[in-house]
Amino acid sequence: MKPAPFTYFAPHSLDEAVSLLGRYGSDAKPLAGGQSLVPLMNFRLAKPRYLVDLNRIPELAYIRREDGTLAVGAMTRQFEAERSDLVRAAVPLLVEALKLVGHPTIRHRGTVGGSIAHADPAAELPAAAVALGAELVIRSGRGTRTVPAENFFVGPFTTGLAPDELLTEIRIPVTQPGTGYAFLELSRRHGDFAIVGVAALVRLATDGTVERASVVLCGAGPTPVRARQAEAALQGAAPTEDRFREAGELAAREAQPTSDIHASAEYRRRVAAVLVRRALLAATERARERR
Amino acid sequence: MADVHRIKVTVNGTPYEATVESRRLLADFLRQDLGLVGTHLGCEHGVCGACTVIMNGRTVRSCLLFAVQADGAEIMTVEGLARDSQFHPLQEAFWEKQGLQCGFCTPGMLLRAYEFLQENPNPTEDEIREAIAGNLCRCTGYQFIIEAIQEAAVRMAGGAPAR
Repeated sequence: MKPAPFTYFAPHSLDEAVSLLGRYGSDAKPLAGGQSLVPLMNFRLAKPRYLVDLNRIPELAYIRREDGTLAVGAMTRQFEAERSDLVRAAVPLLVEALKLVGHPTIRHRGTVGGSIAHADPAAELPAAAVALGAELVIRSGRGTRTVPAENFFVGPFTTGLAPDELLTEIRIPVTQPGTGYAFLELSRRHGDFAIVGVAALVRLATDGTVERASVVLCGAGPTPVRARQAEAALQGAAPTEDRFREAGELAAREAQPTSDIHASAEYRRRVAAVLVRRALLAATERARERR
Repeated sequence: MADVHRIKVTVNGTPYEATVESRRLLADFLRQDLGLVGTHLGCEHGVCGACTVIMNGRTVRSCLLFAVQADGAEIMTVEGLARDSQFHPLQEAFWEKQGLQCGFCTPGMLLRAYEFLQENPNPTEDEIREAIAGNLCRCTGYQFIIEAIQEAAVRMAGGAPAR
Protein backbone atom coordinates (compact mmCIF):
# COMPACT_ATOMS: atom_id res chain seq x y z
CA MET A 1 0.00 0.00 0.00
CA LYS A 2 1.00 3.61 -0.35
CA PRO A 3 1.01 6.47 2.15
CA ALA A 4 -1.68 9.12 2.20
CA PRO A 5 -0.57 12.55 0.95
CA PHE A 6 1.38 14.77 3.31
CA THR A 7 3.46 17.91 3.24
CA TYR A 8 7.15 17.25 3.70
CA PHE A 9 9.68 19.41 5.53
CA ALA A 10 13.40 18.73 5.77
CA PRO A 11 14.70 21.24 8.31
CA HIS A 12 18.46 21.64 8.63
CA SER A 13 18.51 22.65 12.29
CA LEU A 14 16.96 21.48 15.53
CA ASP A 15 15.45 24.91 16.13
CA GLU A 16 13.70 24.77 12.78
CA ALA A 17 12.40 21.24 13.46
CA VAL A 18 11.08 22.19 16.87
CA SER A 19 9.40 25.26 15.47
CA LEU A 20 7.66 23.16 12.79
CA LEU A 21 6.44 20.69 15.41
CA GLY A 22 5.23 23.61 17.50
CA ARG A 23 3.36 25.07 14.55
CA TYR A 24 1.63 21.89 13.42
CA GLY A 25 1.26 20.01 16.71
CA SER A 26 -0.54 16.70 16.48
CA ASP A 27 -1.00 17.09 12.69
CA ALA A 28 2.77 16.62 12.35
CA LYS A 29 5.05 13.64 12.88
CA PRO A 30 8.83 13.73 13.17
CA LEU A 31 10.49 11.23 10.81
CA ALA A 32 13.65 9.63 12.17
CA GLY A 33 14.92 6.43 10.53
CA GLY A 34 11.45 5.62 9.28
CA GLN A 35 11.72 1.90 9.95
CA SER A 36 8.56 1.95 12.08
CA LEU A 37 6.74 5.11 11.02
CA VAL A 38 6.90 4.50 7.25
CA PRO A 39 5.38 0.99 7.51
CA LEU A 40 2.55 2.54 9.53
CA MET A 41 2.14 5.21 6.85
CA ASN A 42 2.22 2.60 4.07
CA PHE A 43 -0.59 0.77 5.88
CA ARG A 44 -2.31 4.13 6.42
CA LEU A 45 -2.44 3.41 10.11
CA ALA A 46 -0.56 6.71 10.42
CA LYS A 47 -1.66 9.62 8.24
CA PRO A 48 0.29 12.67 9.38
CA ARG A 49 -0.56 15.80 7.42
CA TYR A 50 2.93 17.15 7.94
CA LEU A 51 6.11 15.14 8.05
CA VAL A 52 9.17 16.73 9.64
CA ASP A 53 12.20 14.79 8.40
CA LEU A 54 15.02 14.89 10.95
CA ASN A 55 17.55 13.22 8.66
CA ARG A 56 19.17 16.47 7.52
CA ILE A 57 19.93 17.77 11.00
CA PRO A 58 23.59 16.88 11.66
CA GLU A 59 23.49 18.30 15.19
CA LEU A 60 21.23 15.42 16.27
CA ALA A 61 23.68 12.64 15.32
CA TYR A 62 26.65 12.23 17.67
CA ILE A 63 28.14 10.02 20.34
CA ARG A 64 30.04 11.80 23.12
CA ARG A 65 31.58 10.75 26.39
CA GLU A 66 31.03 13.42 29.03
CA ASP A 67 32.76 12.26 32.23
CA GLY A 68 30.53 9.57 33.66
CA THR A 69 27.87 9.87 30.97
CA LEU A 70 27.56 8.65 27.42
CA ALA A 71 25.53 11.16 25.40
CA VAL A 72 23.94 9.78 22.25
CA GLY A 73 22.20 12.12 19.82
CA ALA A 74 18.71 10.88 19.04
CA MET A 75 19.38 10.64 15.28
CA THR A 76 22.46 8.46 15.71
CA ARG A 77 21.96 5.44 13.48
CA GLN A 78 21.66 2.18 15.37
CA PHE A 79 24.35 0.84 13.08
CA GLU A 80 26.78 3.64 14.03
CA ALA A 81 26.18 3.16 17.75
CA GLU A 82 26.58 -0.59 17.44
CA ARG A 83 30.01 -0.17 15.84
CA SER A 84 31.19 2.71 18.02
CA ASP A 85 34.26 2.04 20.18
CA LEU A 86 33.07 4.80 22.49
CA VAL A 87 29.75 3.02 23.09
CA ARG A 88 31.40 -0.38 23.47
CA ALA A 89 33.80 0.93 26.12
CA ALA A 90 31.23 3.01 28.01
CA VAL A 91 27.96 1.07 27.82
CA PRO A 92 28.54 -2.42 26.41
CA LEU A 93 24.96 -3.51 27.20
CA LEU A 94 23.74 -1.07 24.57
CA VAL A 95 25.88 -2.74 21.89
CA GLU A 96 24.46 -6.12 22.83
CA ALA A 97 20.90 -4.77 22.62
CA LEU A 98 21.55 -2.98 19.31
CA LYS A 99 22.71 -6.17 17.62
CA LEU A 100 19.25 -7.60 18.26
CA VAL A 101 17.36 -4.67 16.69
CA GLY A 102 15.97 -5.82 13.35
CA HIS A 103 18.57 -6.63 10.71
CA PRO A 104 21.70 -4.75 9.60
CA THR A 105 19.76 -3.16 6.72
CA ILE A 106 17.17 -1.86 9.20
CA ARG A 107 19.87 -0.57 11.56
CA HIS A 108 21.54 1.37 8.74
CA ARG A 109 18.54 3.72 8.81
CA GLY A 110 16.98 3.10 12.23
CA THR A 111 18.02 5.51 14.96
CA VAL A 112 18.59 5.14 18.69
CA GLY A 113 16.15 7.92 19.53
CA GLY A 114 13.55 6.77 17.03
CA SER A 115 13.31 3.32 18.56
CA ILE A 116 12.94 4.77 22.06
CA ALA A 117 10.35 7.37 21.04
CA HIS A 118 8.37 4.75 19.09
CA ALA A 119 8.04 2.76 22.35
CA ASP A 120 7.22 -0.64 20.92
CA PRO A 121 6.82 -2.77 24.06
CA ALA A 122 8.74 -5.64 22.41
CA ALA A 123 11.65 -3.43 21.31
CA GLU A 124 15.11 -3.83 22.80
CA LEU A 125 16.29 -0.23 23.18
CA PRO A 126 13.51 1.00 25.50
CA ALA A 127 14.23 -1.89 27.90
CA ALA A 128 17.97 -1.25 27.69
CA ALA A 129 17.44 2.47 28.37
CA VAL A 130 15.37 1.72 31.49
CA ALA A 131 17.82 -0.92 32.76
CA LEU A 132 20.75 1.45 32.28
CA GLY A 133 19.05 4.32 34.10
CA ALA A 134 19.21 6.51 31.00
CA GLU A 135 17.85 10.04 30.95
CA LEU A 136 16.06 11.41 27.92
CA VAL A 137 16.50 15.01 26.85
CA ILE A 138 13.39 16.50 25.30
CA ARG A 139 13.12 19.77 23.40
CA SER A 140 10.21 21.89 22.33
CA GLY A 141 9.53 25.55 21.66
CA ARG A 142 8.68 25.75 25.36
CA GLY A 143 12.16 24.69 26.46
CA THR A 144 14.20 21.64 27.39
CA ARG A 145 13.35 19.00 29.95
CA THR A 146 14.98 15.76 31.04
CA VAL A 147 13.02 12.64 31.92
CA PRO A 148 14.31 9.36 33.35
CA ALA A 149 13.68 6.57 30.80
CA GLU A 150 11.91 4.78 33.63
CA ASN A 151 9.12 7.42 33.60
CA PHE A 152 9.01 7.96 29.85
CA PHE A 153 7.04 4.94 28.69
CA VAL A 154 3.29 5.21 29.28
CA GLY A 155 1.86 2.29 27.29
CA PRO A 156 2.29 0.45 24.01
CA PHE A 157 3.63 2.97 21.46
CA THR A 158 2.83 5.72 23.93
CA THR A 159 5.28 7.98 25.75
CA GLY A 160 5.25 11.18 27.72
CA LEU A 161 6.22 13.17 24.62
CA ALA A 162 3.78 15.96 23.76
CA PRO A 163 3.06 16.48 20.03
CA ASP A 164 5.34 19.51 19.89
CA GLU A 165 8.21 17.79 21.70
CA LEU A 166 11.24 16.04 20.25
CA LEU A 167 13.54 13.52 21.90
CA THR A 168 17.01 14.92 21.20
CA GLU A 169 19.49 13.03 23.36
CA ILE A 170 19.86 9.84 25.38
CA ARG A 171 22.15 10.22 28.40
CA ILE A 172 23.42 6.94 29.79
CA PRO A 173 25.53 6.50 32.92
CA VAL A 174 28.81 4.81 32.02
CA THR A 175 28.84 1.20 33.22
CA GLN A 176 31.40 0.99 36.03
CA PRO A 177 34.09 -1.64 36.57
CA GLY A 178 32.65 -4.45 38.68
CA THR A 179 29.31 -4.20 36.89
CA GLY A 180 28.41 -6.88 34.36
CA TYR A 181 25.69 -6.80 31.77
CA ALA A 182 23.70 -9.05 29.44
CA PHE A 183 20.87 -8.63 26.96
CA LEU A 184 19.15 -11.87 26.01
CA GLU A 185 16.00 -12.48 24.01
CA LEU A 186 13.97 -15.18 22.38
CA SER A 187 12.63 -14.49 18.90
CA ARG A 188 11.30 -16.64 16.09
CA ARG A 189 14.06 -15.67 13.70
CA HIS A 190 17.21 -13.65 14.08
CA GLY A 191 16.17 -10.02 13.81
CA ASP A 192 12.53 -10.42 14.71
CA PHE A 193 11.02 -8.55 17.61
CA ALA A 194 11.53 -10.33 20.90
CA ILE A 195 8.86 -12.71 22.15
CA VAL A 196 10.51 -11.86 25.45
CA GLY A 197 13.81 -10.13 26.12
CA VAL A 198 15.72 -9.11 29.23
CA ALA A 199 18.30 -6.46 29.97
CA ALA A 200 20.29 -7.22 33.11
CA LEU A 201 23.05 -5.47 35.02
CA VAL A 202 24.78 -6.96 38.05
CA ARG A 203 27.12 -5.00 40.31
CA LEU A 204 29.21 -7.15 42.62
CA ALA A 205 30.43 -5.93 46.01
CA THR A 206 34.05 -6.54 47.05
CA ASP A 207 32.92 -9.56 49.09
CA GLY A 208 31.48 -11.12 45.93
CA THR A 209 27.80 -10.65 46.78
CA VAL A 210 25.35 -8.78 44.60
CA GLU A 211 25.46 -5.10 45.51
CA ARG A 212 22.81 -4.13 42.99
CA ALA A 213 20.97 -5.79 40.12
CA SER A 214 18.88 -4.23 37.39
CA VAL A 215 16.41 -6.47 35.55
CA VAL A 216 14.11 -5.08 32.83
CA LEU A 217 11.96 -7.13 30.46
CA CYS A 218 10.67 -6.34 26.98
CA GLY A 219 7.80 -8.15 25.28
CA ALA A 220 6.41 -8.77 28.72
CA GLY A 221 3.96 -5.93 29.24
CA PRO A 222 2.65 -2.65 27.81
CA THR A 223 5.99 -0.94 28.48
CA PRO A 224 9.44 -2.14 29.53
CA VAL A 225 8.85 -3.92 32.85
CA ARG A 226 11.33 -3.43 35.67
CA ALA A 227 11.31 -6.53 37.87
CA ARG A 228 11.47 -4.72 41.20
CA GLN A 229 10.87 -7.73 43.43
CA ALA A 230 13.55 -9.71 41.64
CA GLU A 231 15.95 -6.79 42.01
CA ALA A 232 15.17 -6.42 45.71
CA ALA A 233 15.61 -10.13 46.33
CA LEU A 234 19.03 -10.04 44.71
CA GLN A 235 20.38 -7.17 46.78
CA GLY A 236 23.07 -8.57 49.07
CA ALA A 237 22.49 -12.11 47.79
CA ALA A 238 25.16 -14.56 46.77
CA PRO A 239 25.33 -14.69 42.96
CA THR A 240 24.37 -18.34 42.67
CA GLU A 241 22.28 -20.09 40.08
CA ASP A 242 19.63 -20.92 42.70
CA ARG A 243 19.20 -17.28 43.67
CA PHE A 244 19.05 -16.31 40.03
CA ARG A 245 16.42 -18.97 39.39
CA GLU A 246 14.31 -17.49 42.22
CA ALA A 247 14.84 -14.03 40.75
CA GLY A 248 13.69 -15.32 37.37
CA GLU A 249 10.51 -16.71 38.92
CA LEU A 250 9.84 -13.42 40.70
CA ALA A 251 10.41 -11.50 37.47
CA ALA A 252 8.05 -13.82 35.60
CA ARG A 253 5.33 -13.02 38.15
CA GLU A 254 5.98 -9.31 37.80
CA ALA A 255 5.69 -9.50 34.02
CA GLN A 256 2.34 -8.55 32.49
CA PRO A 257 2.52 -10.34 29.15
CA THR A 258 -0.39 -10.78 26.78
CA SER A 259 -1.11 -13.59 24.34
CA ASP A 260 -0.78 -13.01 20.61
CA ILE A 261 -0.07 -15.07 17.52
CA HIS A 262 3.59 -15.37 18.46
CA ALA A 263 3.22 -16.75 21.97
CA SER A 264 0.77 -17.16 24.85
CA ALA A 265 1.10 -15.07 27.99
CA GLU A 266 1.93 -18.19 29.97
CA TYR A 267 4.71 -19.15 27.59
CA ARG A 268 6.14 -15.63 27.80
CA ARG A 269 6.26 -15.88 31.59
CA ARG A 270 8.13 -19.16 31.43
CA VAL A 271 10.58 -17.78 28.91
CA ALA A 272 11.06 -14.67 31.05
CA ALA A 273 12.00 -16.81 34.06
CA VAL A 274 14.62 -18.71 32.08
CA LEU A 275 16.06 -15.64 30.33
CA VAL A 276 16.35 -13.69 33.59
CA ARG A 277 18.29 -16.53 35.20
CA ARG A 278 20.61 -16.83 32.20
CA ALA A 279 21.10 -13.08 31.88
CA LEU A 280 21.98 -12.74 35.56
CA LEU A 281 24.52 -15.56 35.27
CA ALA A 282 26.09 -13.99 32.19
CA ALA A 283 26.13 -10.53 33.77
CA THR A 284 27.77 -11.91 36.93
CA GLU A 285 30.50 -13.57 34.93
CA ARG A 286 31.19 -10.30 33.15
CA ALA A 287 31.13 -8.37 36.44
CA ARG A 288 33.96 -10.62 37.65
CA GLU A 289 35.90 -10.08 34.41
CA ARG A 290 35.38 -6.32 34.58
CA ARG A 291 36.78 -5.76 38.07
CA MET B 1 -2.47 20.36 -4.37
CA ALA B 2 0.11 17.63 -4.23
CA ASP B 3 3.26 18.44 -2.30
CA VAL B 4 6.06 18.05 -4.85
CA HIS B 5 9.82 18.39 -4.66
CA ARG B 6 12.65 18.61 -7.15
CA ILE B 7 15.36 16.00 -6.48
CA LYS B 8 18.71 14.95 -7.92
CA VAL B 9 19.94 11.40 -7.48
CA THR B 10 22.64 9.27 -9.03
CA VAL B 11 21.55 5.73 -9.77
CA ASN B 12 24.12 3.19 -10.92
CA GLY B 13 26.38 6.05 -11.91
CA THR B 14 23.77 7.91 -13.97
CA PRO B 15 22.59 11.29 -12.66
CA TYR B 16 18.84 11.95 -12.71
CA GLU B 17 16.73 14.99 -11.93
CA ALA B 18 13.05 14.53 -11.24
CA THR B 19 10.01 16.05 -9.62
CA VAL B 20 8.43 13.75 -7.06
CA GLU B 21 5.43 13.91 -4.82
CA SER B 22 6.55 13.78 -1.20
CA ARG B 23 4.75 10.50 -0.58
CA ARG B 24 6.50 8.77 -3.50
CA LEU B 25 8.40 5.80 -2.09
CA LEU B 26 11.97 5.41 -3.30
CA ALA B 27 11.10 1.92 -4.59
CA ASP B 28 8.26 3.29 -6.72
CA PHE B 29 10.44 6.14 -7.92
CA LEU B 30 13.08 3.67 -9.12
CA ARG B 31 10.56 1.35 -10.74
CA GLN B 32 7.95 3.68 -12.15
CA ASP B 33 9.73 6.98 -12.72
CA LEU B 34 13.15 5.63 -13.74
CA GLY B 35 11.94 2.33 -15.20
CA LEU B 36 14.45 0.35 -13.14
CA VAL B 37 12.16 -2.56 -12.42
CA GLY B 38 14.92 -4.81 -11.11
CA THR B 39 14.10 -3.53 -7.64
CA HIS B 40 11.15 -5.65 -6.45
CA LEU B 41 8.46 -4.62 -4.01
CA GLY B 42 7.14 -7.42 -1.84
CA CYS B 43 5.59 -6.51 1.47
CA GLU B 44 5.88 -2.70 1.34
CA HIS B 45 6.45 -2.55 5.07
CA GLY B 46 10.08 -3.39 5.54
CA VAL B 47 9.84 -7.08 6.34
CA CYS B 48 10.69 -9.00 3.18
CA GLY B 49 13.85 -7.28 1.95
CA ALA B 50 12.99 -7.64 -1.77
CA CYS B 51 13.28 -3.87 -2.31
CA THR B 52 16.78 -3.62 -0.80
CA VAL B 53 19.03 -1.13 -2.61
CA ILE B 54 22.35 0.43 -1.66
CA MET B 55 22.20 4.11 -0.76
CA ASN B 56 25.43 5.98 -0.06
CA GLY B 57 27.22 2.68 0.43
CA ARG B 58 24.75 0.94 2.75
CA THR B 59 21.81 -1.34 2.11
CA VAL B 60 18.42 0.22 2.82
CA ARG B 61 14.80 -0.78 2.34
CA SER B 62 13.61 1.35 -0.57
CA CYS B 63 9.96 0.85 0.52
CA LEU B 64 10.74 2.66 3.80
CA LEU B 65 12.27 5.75 2.26
CA PHE B 66 10.60 8.55 0.39
CA ALA B 67 12.26 9.47 -2.88
CA VAL B 68 12.55 13.06 -1.64
CA GLN B 69 14.77 11.78 1.18
CA ALA B 70 17.21 10.41 -1.41
CA ASP B 71 17.87 13.89 -2.82
CA GLY B 72 21.63 14.11 -3.33
CA ALA B 73 22.20 10.40 -2.74
CA GLU B 74 24.09 7.78 -4.72
CA ILE B 75 22.04 4.68 -5.23
CA MET B 76 22.92 1.28 -6.58
CA THR B 77 20.24 -1.13 -7.69
CA VAL B 78 20.55 -4.68 -8.95
CA GLU B 79 20.91 -3.25 -12.45
CA GLY B 80 24.24 -1.79 -11.33
CA LEU B 81 25.84 -5.15 -10.48
CA ALA B 82 26.68 -6.37 -13.98
CA ARG B 83 29.28 -4.54 -16.07
CA ASP B 84 28.35 -4.25 -19.73
CA SER B 85 27.12 -7.76 -20.41
CA GLN B 86 29.41 -9.32 -17.81
CA PHE B 87 27.69 -10.75 -14.73
CA HIS B 88 29.07 -9.90 -11.32
CA PRO B 89 30.59 -13.03 -9.67
CA LEU B 90 27.60 -13.05 -7.29
CA GLN B 91 25.19 -13.22 -10.20
CA GLU B 92 27.22 -15.98 -11.83
CA ALA B 93 27.24 -17.95 -8.60
CA PHE B 94 23.47 -17.51 -8.07
CA TRP B 95 22.93 -18.71 -11.61
CA GLU B 96 25.20 -21.71 -11.42
CA LYS B 97 24.23 -22.80 -7.89
CA GLN B 98 20.52 -22.22 -8.56
CA GLY B 99 20.37 -19.61 -5.83
CA LEU B 100 16.88 -18.66 -7.00
CA GLN B 101 13.65 -20.16 -8.19
CA CYS B 102 11.00 -17.53 -8.86
CA GLY B 103 13.55 -14.74 -8.63
CA PHE B 104 11.43 -12.33 -6.65
CA CYS B 105 13.78 -12.05 -3.68
CA THR B 106 16.91 -12.18 -5.85
CA PRO B 107 17.64 -8.44 -6.32
CA GLY B 108 17.53 -7.87 -2.56
CA MET B 109 19.50 -11.03 -1.85
CA LEU B 110 22.20 -10.03 -4.34
CA LEU B 111 22.62 -6.52 -2.98
CA ARG B 112 22.66 -7.64 0.65
CA ALA B 113 25.18 -10.36 -0.23
CA TYR B 114 27.24 -7.81 -2.18
CA GLU B 115 27.44 -5.55 0.86
CA PHE B 116 28.05 -8.44 3.25
CA LEU B 117 30.93 -9.94 1.25
CA GLN B 118 32.66 -6.58 1.20
CA GLU B 119 32.60 -6.56 5.02
CA ASN B 120 33.29 -10.26 5.42
CA PRO B 121 34.97 -11.76 2.32
CA ASN B 122 35.34 -15.22 3.86
CA PRO B 123 32.16 -15.91 5.86
CA THR B 124 30.98 -19.07 7.58
CA GLU B 125 27.61 -20.57 6.72
CA ASP B 126 26.16 -19.27 9.99
CA GLU B 127 27.39 -15.76 9.25
CA ILE B 128 25.76 -15.91 5.83
CA ARG B 129 22.47 -17.11 7.34
CA GLU B 130 22.48 -14.23 9.79
CA ALA B 131 23.49 -11.75 7.09
CA ILE B 132 20.51 -12.59 4.88
CA ALA B 133 18.04 -13.07 7.75
CA GLY B 134 16.33 -9.84 6.70
CA ASN B 135 15.64 -11.10 3.18
CA LEU B 136 12.80 -13.55 2.78
CA CYS B 137 12.77 -16.28 0.14
CA ARG B 138 9.65 -18.41 -0.13
CA CYS B 139 10.99 -20.88 -2.73
CA THR B 140 14.48 -22.15 -2.10
CA GLY B 141 14.67 -22.95 1.59
CA TYR B 142 17.78 -20.71 1.49
CA GLN B 143 20.28 -23.55 1.16
CA PHE B 144 21.13 -22.89 -2.48
CA ILE B 145 21.30 -19.16 -1.81
CA ILE B 146 23.83 -19.76 0.94
CA GLU B 147 25.84 -22.03 -1.33
CA ALA B 148 25.76 -19.40 -4.05
CA ILE B 149 27.09 -16.75 -1.67
CA GLN B 150 29.84 -19.11 -0.52
CA GLU B 151 30.73 -19.78 -4.16
CA ALA B 152 30.75 -16.06 -4.92
CA ALA B 153 33.09 -15.45 -1.98
CA VAL B 154 35.53 -17.96 -3.42
CA ARG B 155 35.32 -16.41 -6.89
CA MET B 156 35.72 -12.89 -5.61
CA ALA B 157 38.76 -13.90 -3.54
CA GLY B 158 40.23 -15.58 -6.61
CA GLY B 159 41.02 -12.38 -8.44
CA ALA B 160 37.64 -11.40 -9.84
CA PRO B 161 37.69 -7.64 -10.42
CA ALA B 162 37.03 -5.88 -7.13
CA ARG B 163 34.33 -3.27 -7.34
